[in-house]
Amino acid sequence: MTTPLIEIKNLHANIDGQEILRGLDLTINPGEVHSIMGPNGSGKSTLAQVLAGRDAFEVTEGEIIYEGKDLLDMDPDERACEGVFLAFQYPVEIPGVRTTQFLKAAINAVRKHRGEDEIDALDAVKLFREKMKLVDMDESLLKRAVNEGFSGGEKKRHEIFQMAVLEPKLCILDETDSGLDIDALRIVADGVNAMRSKDRSFLLITHYQRLLDYIVPDFVHVLVNGRIVQSGDKGLALELEKKGYSWVEKEPAAATA
Amino acid sequence: MIRLSDEAALQLTLNGTATEWLRAICEQGAAKFAELGLPSRRHEEWRLTSIKQIAETDFSFSDELPALSPKDVARFDIPGMAASRLVFINGRYAPDHSSLQSLPAGVTVLPLMEAVSSHGDLVQQHLAKHADMTDEAFTALNTAMLGDGVFVHVPDGMTVEQPIHVVNITTCAGEPLMTNPRNLIVAGDKAKVTVIEDYVCPDDDVYFTNAVTEVVVGKEANVTHYLLERESRKAFNIATLNIHQSESSNFTSHSVMLGGASVRNNIVPVLDGEHCFSTLNGLYLTSDKQHVDNHMRVFHNMPNCDSRQYYRGVLDDKSTAVFSGRIIVARDAQKTDAVQSNANLLLTDTARANTHPQLEIYADDVKCTHGATIGELDDNAIFYLRARGISEAAARGMLIHAFAAESLERMDIEPIVELLEAELYKRLPEGKMVQATL
Repeated sequence: MTTPLIEIKNLHANIDGQEILRGLDLTINPGEVHSIMGPNGSGKSTLAQVLAGRDAFEVTEGEIIYEGKDLLDMDPDERACEGVFLAFQYPVEIPGVRTTQFLKAAINAVRKHRGEDEIDALDAVKLFREKMKLVDMDESLLKRAVNEGFSGGEKKRHEIFQMAVLEPKLCILDETDSGLDIDALRIVADGVNAMRSKDRSFLLITHYQRLLDYIVPDFVHVLVNGRIVQSGDKGLALELEKKGYSWVEKEPAAATA
Repeated sequence: MIRLSDEAALQLTLNGTATEWLRAICEQGAAKFAELGLPSRRHEEWRLTSIKQIAETDFSFSDELPALSPKDVARFDIPGMAASRLVFINGRYAPDHSSLQSLPAGVTVLPLMEAVSSHGDLVQQHLAKHADMTDEAFTALNTAMLGDGVFVHVPDGMTVEQPIHVVNITTCAGEPLMTNPRNLIVAGDKAKVTVIEDYVCPDDDVYFTNAVTEVVVGKEANVTHYLLERESRKAFNIATLNIHQSESSNFTSHSVMLGGASVRNNIVPVLDGEHCFSTLNGLYLTSDKQHVDNHMRVFHNMPNCDSRQYYRGVLDDKSTAVFSGRIIVARDAQKTDAVQSNANLLLTDTARANTHPQLEIYADDVKCTHGATIGELDDNAIFYLRARGISEAAARGMLIHAFAAESLERMDIEPIVELLEAELYKRLPEGKMVQATL
């Protein structure tokens, strides 16, 4: 039997006293691609932020076991070093911090955590060049401040590029498809597909089925009101697309089944 | 011994010079100081900076040159910077530690007191003509006591390639000392020169430096001035820089405040010809209970001039900072283009910044903008960096560095930038790591 990469059990989370996640369960095994879909306000992004360790959210109940360890007990940077990666829905602009500086700091933090030596400057450049090709990212972006003045599409590609550089085990993509035109979406999806492996798992958070035409998930879950109300294969996404979220919202019984 | 809060102190001991015209200048300073007295907190320009400690400390004066070894002095070199160097110790010129080679013929760089004798006419023509004493008690005090400093004269059309590094060392274990350094920099038409005023202390002595520097910038001349405040954490420093700019001249000031217990940095450019450009760039990094007050007054007297003020500060612990920037645009100074910005980064809940951008505009066709911010590190940015594996301390270090680096990027002497970067890394959380990523 495979050991799950991550097990989320009965997760409850609040922000500013308001409960957003209300007993969410999800298990992801190594190599699997899961997609979470749901209407606006269902708690999709909250889940992503809680997994990454954002402290604005308070976990009131439940647990998250990642590789046998208590994920909720780890700081955000420790989670990242352990292989959890969140591709942000809204990547943050950081004036004055050059992208290369940022990437070097990130790689070396992860390496240090693993007890490895710092990356050599030349090797770093080689690595960046190789991974940039994956998402067709312009090299000039490396010299600019992190995300500053990047277009929406550039920001999203930059997230996937960082993911490729850091080679995490659990990749959480929070609405990476939003704001992308069809060409950019295909490029991003190709980048993600190239990274799929038997040891790496993905959690794709999306509002639309469109992304899943390009990154085909093993499982699709529907999140409504802070809980997963239905799970299935990629067919479920198509059905949702056809019937709309009102279809699952009307069937709360499924959740407790 | 002098205690500035005493009535008797208003009858100051003058510079004691035998030169008659200089004596007259000192007497004017003394009379003005007696008239003004020390500013209290009720004085609008001193509302946020207390001089109580300065007023109530018994200061002595040094009339001898302390013996320092070359090694003691070399500590304050700026590595990698080729420069003419003048060293003053406790306000006295130290020729053995100074080196004035490689100056082009015709250029004069001397201790001011020597220049009073050897270049009397030139000094008399400019000294105390630009340092405004109207409401400036400390400028009056400096003028009365007039200590030694640097005299620089660059004739028309000449360029001094190497910067002139003026190192002011104060060392006075146990006995608070007061010095009144006075500098005069005269750049002729189309002349070019850079002067670095550097204030240092080998120990952590209590003393008071009250410096005044006058800068005369000729037509189409280009003068750059650096103020490096890296004194003892117990020192008081008031530095006043008065600049007179002629037509089409360019003046740039870079101030970096790292040391001192209480520091006041007054900068007053007077743009007195058309098409002048004046840039005032500053960075202050404060911690403990340090207090830094940057006081800018930019006088746009003539049309078609530009001025820029960029001041940034990073405040830690219980330190406090004041930025007061005023742009005064005269009625005839049409087409003035003035920008003023002050940004403060507070690292703790107990640090405090006060910022007062002020515009006084009497012309009707001008472009003046000012912006001031006081903020903390961006939580979203910290989280983003941490989500990539970077520790919280390193994330903070990277963001503070990015904030301060903007000031350093405006500076044009690489060895100074490197020195300041190194100082910055020492203070940053995870500074070594931040440095390694650059």
